[in-house]
Amino acid sequence: MTVAPTEARPGTAALRAAVRPRRPRKGGPVRPSPLIIGFVLVPLLVEAVSVFWPAIQGFYISLTHWNGVNPPTFAGFDNYRRMFGDPVFHKALENTALWLVLFGGLSAAGGLGCAMFLQRERRGIAIYRAAMFLPVVFSLTATALMWQTLYQPNGMVNGLLSGIGLGGWQHAWLANSSTALYAQIVPALWREIGYVMVLYLAGLKGIDPALYEAAKVDGASAWQQFRHVTLPQLRSVNAVVVSVIIIDSLRSFDVVWSLTQGGPYNSSQLLSTYMYQTAFVNTDFGYGCALAVAIFVLAFGVIVSYLIRAFKESD
Amino acid sequence: MAATVPQSPAAARARAVARRPLGKRLRTIGFHTGASALSLLWFLPIALILVISFRSTDDVLGNGLNALPHSFAPGNYSSAWSGGGMQQALINSAIVSIPAVALTLLLASMAAYALSRYRIPLRRTLILVMLGGNLLPPQILLVPVAKLSQVLGLYDSLPVLIAVEVGFGLGFYVFVLQGFMRTIPDEIQQAALLDGAGAFQIYWRIILPLTRPALAALCALSFTWVFNDLLWPITVLVTQSKMPVTPALLGLQGQYVSYWNVIAAGSVIAAIPTVAVFLRFQRHFIAGLNLGAVK
Repeated sequence: MTVAPTEARPGTAALRAAVRPRRPRKGGPVRPSPLIIGFVLVPLLVEAVSVFWPAIQGFYISLTHWNGVNPPTFAGFDNYRRMFGDPVFHKALENTALWLVLFGGLSAAGGLGCAMFLQRERRGIAIYRAAMFLPVVFSLTATALMWQTLYQPNGMVNGLLSGIGLGGWQHAWLANSSTALYAQIVPALWREIGYVMVLYLAGLKGIDPALYEAAKVDGASAWQQFRHVTLPQLRSVNAVVVSVIIIDSLRSFDVVWSLTQGGPYNSSQLLSTYMYQTAFVNTDFGYGCALAVAIFVLAFGVIVSYLIRAFKESD
Repeated sequence: MAATVPQSPAAARARAVARRPLGKRLRTIGFHTGASALSLLWFLPIALILVISFRSTDDVLGNGLNALPHSFAPGNYSSAWSGGGMQQALINSAIVSIPAVALTLLLASMAAYALSRYRIPLRRTLILVMLGGNLLPPQILLVPVAKLSQVLGLYDSLPVLIAVEVGFGLGFYVFVLQGFMRTIPDEIQQAALLDGAGAFQIYWRIILPLTRPALAALCALSFTWVFNDLLWPITVLVTQSKMPVTPALLGLQGQYVSYWNVIAAGSVIAAIPTVAVFLRFQRHFIAGLNLGAVK
């Protein structure tokens, strides 16, 4: 080890240390003045108007039939009943689950792999890391359009395949209903792996090298070191990565909306794209909001566990 | 002395020890080969798009997307810039992102200051409620926000987009900033109080300057988030000339169907501002991502 892992970049280290509060404060100074109460209430009001009130309305609209022209009529659970018989909803749910597993699993594994590979500070490492990280700053839409060009029948992807003798595997990737979804996971992964790598790099820096020394003395193999030292030490980062990935994949609307809008024939429809299409293309606001509630229900577990962790932390 | 002695196991081992630096060097070479290959693979799509963005339409259609360039056509960029509306889109993006980032950080730092430095009743609950609002899937808000902005007569205007971006990001920034501010020692505040500073002066003159590293990180991060957003602009805006960069790129895609060189040029233009922020504020940016991860 040439570099002590405590030598994280000063900014990162300071921030990371600072965000983790050391001890509960025994009450701040004095009673809050009106100014201080205003400091809390103004942002709270902004969030209430732009988030909380619309969210409550969203739940209510999901219980109505509403086409945006006539006033909404109360419909009870009609929209939810409709979901059970809706084949497009089933397809979108299935695709969202698939997206979650493939996109989530591969970006976690790829991000951890890259972080372990590029972990040691050495000459040139910053360039390698920057290359992996660069796509993270692109918008998903720009990323999607870049890959749309690469996926054209005479584009890079097919060119590479025929170059390595797999010409038979060539496809019109985005126009084919059996490949459209998978083809769109790739650009999303290309962008996410660098992000997850950064999270894991920070986590790996925090592992005490003495643990590896001790494991080596005990004769642990590289795999055993990974299994019994690295992974357990990364537990809190893993929890973060899992919530980031789940939230990101439930939000991964941009790629599909930019490339296929859920097509061809709904084969790449996600819950998020189906919701947007239902509400803003077909102006079926009631059913659209019911689909949004379905997304909320799926995200609920993650939100709660994220909040519980945050709660423990702000102790 | 031992020059003629036949190789013994001990001598071989001694030689192996002497040669270890070579083995190490080989491992280093192996690492750099692997890492370069990985980086190149990651960079390949970007390189290809950059090349295509400078090729003429005839060249792309005639020689195929993967061919080596036979032309140099920077005109693609002016097509995307004026014909494709990227110029107006960049202006719109600036009008939206800069006030949105500034307002978010101002409001979030105010709330964070009050919640971290004073005894506010229900302090923790308030922080978590605000953070929870940020974690909601945005889909649940789309229809009501679009309708609310219509009722207020703000639909299809940039101010409503700014308001939505501010409101939806706020909770997360409050959470991160209050965590940061809580670590500032109490004594600093007490000393300022003794010097007769008011609550506002303490906030503006003492706490905010001490929070600069976190603010810088969040600034870089939130700029890219707002700048790259697609969902909110296409929900509250309809007029194509009001769209910021990301949705405008979709407009350009519809306008220049199959002109891959112009679409490539547009994507490059759309990526330049965030890449510039990343390269200029790399350290803050990475720190921001790690801040973003609640530990």
